[in-house]
Amino acid sequence: MEKLRYERPIINKIKAGVPDKYGMQPKIPVKSEIDGIPVKEIVEKYGSPVFVISEKTLRETFQKANRAFQSRYPKVQFAWSYKTNYLDAVCRLYHDEGSWAEVVSGFEYDKALSNGVPGNKIIFNGPDKTDEDLKKAIENGSFIHVDHFDELYSLIRISQNTTPKAKVAIRVNMDTGIYPKWDRFGFNYENGEAWNAINRIMLAENLELVGLHTHIGTYMMTANAYAVAASKLAELAVRTNKKFNHSIKYIDMGGGFASKNTLKGAYLPGKDTCPSFDDYADAITSALINSEIAPDQLPTLFLETGRALIDDAGYLIGSVLANKRLSNARRAKILDIGVNILFTSFWYEHEVYPAQESSQQTEDTTLYGPLCMNIDVIRESIQFPTLKKGDLVVIPRVGAYNMTQWMQFITYRPNVVLIDQNKKMHLIRKQESLKVFKEQELVPEFLLNEKPLKA
Amino acid sequence: MKLKSNIAISENGFMFDPYTGDSYNLNNTGVEIIKHLKAGKTNEEILAELKQKYDVDDLSLEQNLYDFIAMLSHYDLLENA
Amino acid sequence: MEKEQLNIAVTGLNNTDNPGPGIPVIRGLRESDKIDPRIIGLAYENLEPGIYMKGLVDKTYQIPYPKIGSDIFLERIKYINDKEKLDVIIPNLDAELYTFIKAEKELSGLGIHTFLPTLEQFEERSKSNLYEFGQKYGIKVPFSKSVTSFLDIKNLVHEFDFPVLVKGKFYDAYLAYNLEQVIGYYNKLSSKWGLPVIVQEFIRGTEVNVVALGDGEGETIAAVPMRKQYITDKGKAWGGITIQDENLLKITRDLIRKTKWRGAMELEIIKTSGGQYYLIEINPRIPAWVYLAVAAGQNIPEALVLLALGRKLKPFNSYEVGKMFIRYSYDMIGDISQFEQLSMNGEL
Repeated sequence: MEKLRYERPIINKIKAGVPDKYGMQPKIPVKSEIDGIPVKEIVEKYGSPVFVISEKTLRETFQKANRAFQSRYPKVQFAWSYKTNYLDAVCRLYHDEGSWAEVVSGFEYDKALSNGVPGNKIIFNGPDKTDEDLKKAIENGSFIHVDHFDELYSLIRISQNTTPKAKVAIRVNMDTGIYPKWDRFGFNYENGEAWNAINRIMLAENLELVGLHTHIGTYMMTANAYAVAASKLAELAVRTNKKFNHSIKYIDMGGGFASKNTLKGAYLPGKDTCPSFDDYADAITSALINSEIAPDQLPTLFLETGRALIDDAGYLIGSVLANKRLSNARRAKILDIGVNILFTSFWYEHEVYPAQESSQQTEDTTLYGPLCMNIDVIRESIQFPTLKKGDLVVIPRVGAYNMTQWMQFITYRPNVVLIDQNKKMHLIRKQESLKVFKEQELVPEFLLNEKPLKA
Repeated sequence: MKLKSNIAISENGFMFDPYTGDSYNLNNTGVEIIKHLKAGKTNEEILAELKQKYDVDDLSLEQNLYDFIAMLSHYDLLENA
Repeated sequence: MEKEQLNIAVTGLNNTDNPGPGIPVIRGLRESDKIDPRIIGLAYENLEPGIYMKGLVDKTYQIPYPKIGSDIFLERIKYINDKEKLDVIIPNLDAELYTFIKAEKELSGLGIHTFLPTLEQFEERSKSNLYEFGQKYGIKVPFSKSVTSFLDIKNLVHEFDFPVLVKGKFYDAYLAYNLEQVIGYYNKLSSKWGLPVIVQEFIRGTEVNVVALGDGEGETIAAVPMRKQYITDKGKAWGGITIQDENLLKITRDLIRKTKWRGAMELEIIKTSGGQYYLIEINPRIPAWVYLAVAAGQNIPEALVLLALGRKLKPFNSYEVGKMFIRYSYDMIGDISQFEQLSMNGEL
C-alpha cells in the first residue's frame, strides 16, 4: 500500500477575539526562484547566506522613477546615493542608466572616481569633508553641498588658492510639517540661517552658488512634505535672483522616498501605504512649476533617492539551522541570517518566504539569527510554516543599506551575487576569508613566538 | 500519556476542553494522534501506527510526536501521571 | 412600492460596551421601506456579538485584518463576493477605511459599490492635520501644536494659556494646568502612542455631535445633531438626545459644500457658553449612534446604500427633536458549536 503524505501534527489554541485560520493568508507564498534561477541553485553555487541583486528589477525600478519625473519636468538628473549600496557593480549599473554619483565621504568620493564618474558629475554631501577632500572636489569641479558655517569658511579659505571657482550649494533644513524634523544637517530655513549662508557665498569671490539642496528626512510616507520643501527652496531661489541677479542652476530634493518594506509599529503594510514615484514626482514638480521661478529659468531637478530605487532589487537567501520551542511553548527558528548582515531588521518587519513548498499549517514563530547574542532577532512574530533544518528562506527587499552597514562579527560577510538580464550569475563581492582579516592585523613582535600554548 | 477524559474532538479538527473552556484547532495528523491517545495507546504504539501509514522517516516522526505531546502538556490537556 | 432586494456587507459587528456602528447600521437597513436587504456580516474577531445576532445578520464571514496586506484582504472579499454577490459594502471601522478607499476601483470592478470619502478628504481631516483643515475651510478649530521633544514643551508657555489638552497620537486626552503636568502627560502619552503628542487649546463648553451624509458634490443629504447625555468611563455615549441647533446644521452644510464630502461623517464640536462652535474631530464614517438619526426620521444607512448605487436623492429636510437613545447591554446565549463552526470554517 502506498503511504500517505505526512504532515507534522499541529495544535493551535483558538483565542477568543483573535482570528486564526481565517485571519491568515489563504496560501503560504513560496519564493523558489529569483529572476528564473532556482534559489537552491544559487545556494549550491555561492553558499548560504547569500545576497542577490537583480539587474532586471534594479533597471526597471530606476526607469520607472526616471519616467515619473521626466514626464512632469523638463530637466531631471538622478545621482546615485553611494551610501545606500556602494558595491561597484551596483554603482556602475546606475551610472549606466545615467545617474551621477552622490557621495558623503572621501572614501565614497574616491570610489565614485574609480568607477569612472567624472568629477563634475559628483555631488559631495555630508558634514564630514576634510580640507583635502574639499581641495580635490574644487579642482575636479564637483558640486560641494555645504553643511555648516565652519565648512563654508574652510571653503572660502581653501578656494583662495585653488582654481577653478568652487561650485557650491547649501543644504537647507526646514519645517515641512513632518516628524521628526531633521534640523541637524545644513542651514535652517525658518530662522534665516540659510538666507545668511547664501548671502555669504554670494559675497565670496571664489565660490559660485549653483544649487540649493534639502533632504527632509527618511522613509517619508507623505509626498506632500516634498511639495512644502520644494516651495521653500524655490522661494530661496527667487529671493537670490532678486537680490543678486543670479539664477540657481539646480534644486536638489535629496532622497528619503520610502520603499515597500513595513516599518515596525506601522498598522498597514508598506506595500499598501508607500507613495508611488508618481506621487512624489507630482508633489515635487508641481511645487516647482507653480513657484515664482520664471519658466525659462527653471532649475534642473536633482534627486538622490537610494532606498526606493535599490531595495526591491536585493534579496537575502538563508537557511534554517534549527527549530526550537521556547519555555512558553512558543515556536522559534534559528536562521543563518543575523542582524549583523540584515541591519534593516532593526526597523522593518521584513517579509520572509520559504524557498520550497512547505506545509500549509503555520505557527506564530520567532525567527532568530545565528549570533550568540540576545538582540539577534530577525522577526519577533511571524505566521510561518514549519521548515526542516537545511530548508531555505528568502527575504526580499534588502537592497538598501544592508550591504553598506553590515558588520563583520564572528564569521565572514557572505557572497553577493548579481543576476544579469540574461539570467547569468556573477559574483560581485566575495565572501571574506581569514586571510582578509589577517592582512589587516599586526601582531607585535614579542607575541610572535610560534605556539603560545603547548598542544 | 493519557488525555484528560471528556475532551471532545471533531473530525474537522476542532477540540474543546470542558475543564477550562478553551478551544483548539488541529490538523489531520494532530487529530489522529489525539484519537490514539484517547484509545489509550502508548507513544511507541502511536509511532508504529503512523510510521506504517505515512511517508516519513523515524527520527522526524519521533521528534514531531514528542513536540506535539509537549504542547498537549503545555496546554494542560494530559492527565498528570 | 416593491422593496429592492440587495446584498449588503457590513463590518463593525463589535456591539460591545464600546460599540462599533455595524449593528445600528443594520437596524437602519432592516427598517427601510425601499430596501429588502440580505445582510452579510464581515467580522474580524470570532466573538463580535453581531455574528450571533440572528434576525439582524443573515450570514457572517470572518475576514483578515487589513494589516495583512490589501492583496490577501481583497482575496477574501472576492471569495465572499463569489458566494454572496455583494451589491454594497459599508465599512464602519477607522482602521479599515484606508484599505477600502484604496480598493474602491477594484471593488467596483467586482460589482461591489461603496460610498466613501476620497483619500484626500480622508487624510486632510486627520487629527494631526485638523488645524490646517480648519484654516483652509474657515472653521474654528482649537489652536493645536504637535510636540516632539521637551524643548518644544518649554516653548508652549508663549503660545498657550493654561489649561491645555494633551492628546495622544491615536487616543487619550488629558487636561493639564501647568507645564509640569504637560510633561507628565507627554511622557505617559508618548510611551503609549508614540510621537507626536498633540497639545490643544482647551475650549470650555458643551460637546455636541452631528451625523451627516454628503453626496460628494457638495449637497448635504442628511444631518442630525445630538448631545450626549451620559458618558461611560470609556468616554462613549450611553444616552443622547437630538437637538435643534440651526448653527450646527449650518456649519455641517458649509463644511460638506466646501469639501464636497462624499459619504458619512461624524462631527465632534464644542459649543462655548459664548455661542462659539469649535470643531474638535471629524470621524470619516457612520458613528455608532446612527440609529438615533434613523429614529428621528433620517435613515442614513439606507440613503448611503442608495447613493452608493448611484441614485440621486433629495436631502432630508427635517428630523424629530427630542428623540433619545439609551444604550443597554444584553446577554445573548450562544453555544460552542456555533463557535466551532465559525472558528473552523470562517463562516456562520
